[in-house]
Amino acid sequence: MPIIEVNGLRKTYGAHTAVDDVTFTVDEGEIFGILGPNGAGKTTAVECLEGLRRPDTGTIRVAGLDPATDRDELTAILGVQLQESELQEKLTVREALDLYSAFYPSPEDSHALAERLGLTTKLTTRFGKLSGGQKQRLFIALALIGRPRIVVLDELTTGLDPRARRDTWKLIEEIRDSGVTVVLVTHFMEEAQRLCDRIAVFKQGRIAALDTPAGLIGRSAGDTVISFTPSRPLDHDDLAHLPDAQTIERRDGRLTIHGGDTTVNAVISLLARHRITAHQLRVTDSTLDDAFLELTEDREN
Amino acid sequence: MSAPTAVLKAELRLFLREPFSLFWIVVFPTLLLAILGLIPSFREPSAELGGNRVIDLYVPVSVLLATIMAGLMALPPVLAGYRERGILRRMSTTPVRPAALLAAQIALHFAAALVSALLAIATGRLAFGVDLPAHPPGYILALLLGALSALALGSAITAITPTAKATNVAGTIVFFPTMFLAGVWVPVQAMPELLQHIVGYFPFGAAAQALDDAAQGGWPAWSDLGVPAAWTALLIAAAVRWFRWE
Repeated sequence: MPIIEVNGLRKTYGAHTAVDDVTFTVDEGEIFGILGPNGAGKTTAVECLEGLRRPDTGTIRVAGLDPATDRDELTAILGVQLQESELQEKLTVREALDLYSAFYPSPEDSHALAERLGLTTKLTTRFGKLSGGQKQRLFIALALIGRPRIVVLDELTTGLDPRARRDTWKLIEEIRDSGVTVVLVTHFMEEAQRLCDRIAVFKQGRIAALDTPAGLIGRSAGDTVISFTPSRPLDHDDLAHLPDAQTIERRDGRLTIHGGDTTVNAVISLLARHRITAHQLRVTDSTLDDAFLELTEDREN
Repeated sequence: MSAPTAVLKAELRLFLREPFSLFWIVVFPTLLLAILGLIPSFREPSAELGGNRVIDLYVPVSVLLATIMAGLMALPPVLAGYRERGILRRMSTTPVRPAALLAAQIALHFAAALVSALLAIATGRLAFGVDLPAHPPGYILALLLGALSALALGSAITAITPTAKATNVAGTIVFFPTMFLAGVWVPVQAMPELLQHIVGYFPFGAAAQALDDAAQGGWPAWSDLGVPAAWTALLIAAAVRWFRWE
């Protein structure tokens, strides 16, 4: 059952089309990723969901509400973390939590929330004195404080150190497990791969692909990557006849082959047949990174 | 606690954490009055001023200065900063409208201007024997209109300038002529008649006349109340028309 429905969304600024004919749905309880290079229209799209911008054409329904007209009902069920926003410089963490909890009918307990986000020791610190990561965690807390049904998190872990990033991921999974639908805008592949149930890849204002992380990886040139340095050069014909091999690169005597499981087996028997030793043999799954780069590559250039 | 109350409470706390704003709005006008009052000749009645003393004329000037400091010096940077730093945007994704934040700040600056005006009047009375306004309702009305036009002017400046930096520059440019109109350099009553006539078309010049009339015990001329009222309406309309939330 979709909780968010976006149909034919289009938004232009003067001559520039930021979002062009974007259609997707988000199911209740899933973590939906919006991925794409800078300027691909990700933020514009979610700002239309949040009611901050009015689409030029297209319809949006969030829990049955139109963000452009049903502002009062929407803000009560939608928690938001904006990509670029600040709080009053001299407002303390505790005051910010208390202020925002006064906006909602049945807010989360602000102390429990501060504890979950590791802000307990910062309650009396002013916003202006917080580090980037602490500000980010405070914004996540403010997005959750109204017990929303849906949260939209834009560039969630930008500015967090690796440890804090992992803690935040765990938190997002807990949020989802409590039944909240999460829309996550990101450009961290690892984050999208780890957290998202489905991902829409944006490219130049359009959706280039929409699939599960595994599905996106499976679409790319080959989902298995074999790389090794042969003890002596391999015959070109032998390589060309490897089954399922999508791409073969040679660099400084090292071979990198994108293919599938049958390719792996064929490479191993080929090496055995010619009694060639493969130094530093690595067989890895290709990552979302590979899929992403391929999907968003500018083919005109 | 209701949401608007929570906003007002938080903004009051923040307002009290701005020592410079508080100094310029609440302390400076009275400080200026006190410095002028320490000059002996300013405490002597002067035939040129119709038997008044300079210090008598400077109490209404200090009162108007308080409103200008609040509306033009202190308010615009706060509003422009809230807009530029995305604080209004963040709030517009909550059930509370960002206008509540602007309203709270305007109300607090209004209150601070009134506190400052009372301080100036009290200091004039206690330290320099300046008579209390002889026509309190007229005086209060003129003071409220002066304060409202200062806040409306500051809001309009914020509305038509796109960035916080531009707001500050525009505010400073408007600030000095406004002080002149209010009579900070030469009290309006001491200006040549033609100049008095001209400044009467501007909100602070007219408010200065109205305050002076009420201080002397008369009901202010309707034109001197109408001018700041009309300016306030015009400036509020401009502010509402051109204000951008981001």
